Amino acid sequence: MVGIVIVSHSQKLAEGVVEISRMMAESAPIVAAGGLEDGSLGTSYEKICAAIEEVYSADGVIILVDMGSAVMTTEMVLEDLDKPNVKMIDCPLAEGAVLAAVESAGGRSLEEISSRIEETRTAKKF
Amino acid sequence: MIDAKKILEIISAVAKKIEAEKDFLTQLDNEIGDGDHGINLSRGFKSVEEKLPTFADKDIGTILKGVGTQLVSTVGGASGPLYGTAFMKAGNVCKGKTEISDAEFVLAFETAINGIKMRGKAVEGEKTMLDALCPACKVLKEEIDSGKTLTEALAAGVEAAEKGVEFTKTIIATKGRAAYLGERSLGHQDPGATSSLYILQTALKVLQRG
Repeated sequence: MVGIVIVSHSQKLAEGVVEISRMMAESAPIVAAGGLEDGSLGTSYEKICAAIEEVYSADGVIILVDMGSAVMTTEMVLEDLDKPNVKMIDCPLAEGAVLAAVESAGGRSLEEISSRIEETRTAKKF
Repeated sequence: MIDAKKILEIISAVAKKIEAEKDFLTQLDNEIGDGDHGINLSRGFKSVEEKLPTFADKDIGTILKGVGTQLVSTVGGASGPLYGTAFMKAGNVCKGKTEISDAEFVLAFETAINGIKMRGKAVEGEKTMLDALCPACKVLKEEIDSGKTLTEALAAGVEAAEKGVEFTKTIIATKGRAAYLGERSLGHQDPGATSSLYILQTALKVLQRG
């Protein structure tokens, strides 16, 4: 199954997104990388690395981010990691995460999940 | 010409300057951002300062790369990847060198700025650190090319950066957290441009000490 990492400035937000995603897909390998080591607001290079490591398999890993340094820090992790099957996707964090978890639990590939969750960029809630 | 020892002196002085200005930078960021710039940078440079003894006999490339890596892992906000990338890119230019010429200093500075542009997907005029750094680098290069010493050229560069910080008060932010405020960002000076100015001012002070 494709692993999923949620990167946010806030530990609570990242954990919350993981929580609602697991509600739909209990078996999905999804983990939070939110906040700094001490729990304060920010994004942590080390936490993101550790989270990728935790859910990594040959199927790959999808990383979803909130904004600003979450994007930039993840970019730096990806450049250093240099693994083509670990990708950051640009999409709404909560909607994208829930969909990614459902698709991952359903055995979809990294490419399939990526293009599915990219559709949430334009999806309307009502 | 500038050697590794001088680079270490500059970095140590920058760490002290950032610590001293921590509250002011945070105050600026409270006005138009998420209020963490001073706290984040101070945490980053404090950890850089702790690492400095391990850089004591290293070449300039290794020192700058080490500073960048440390900032990326400890700052926590956008300035971590931005300044981190800047130092790491500058480090690449100075690989294996225990001293660099004035022209190489300019090249390292330009490469650092290009790293910030690439990482932040930003250009000059968006109310960011680039509005202090770009004019400073342009003037520095012109002065070096016209035969001035590095200290003289950097003094002119710092002046350009000061004007750049003033200029950020007159423009609307289109990058970074301040972009959410739109027109309400007018009238406020950019915290990132301000910390960039502090770094340049500090480098100049160390060079002037001789």
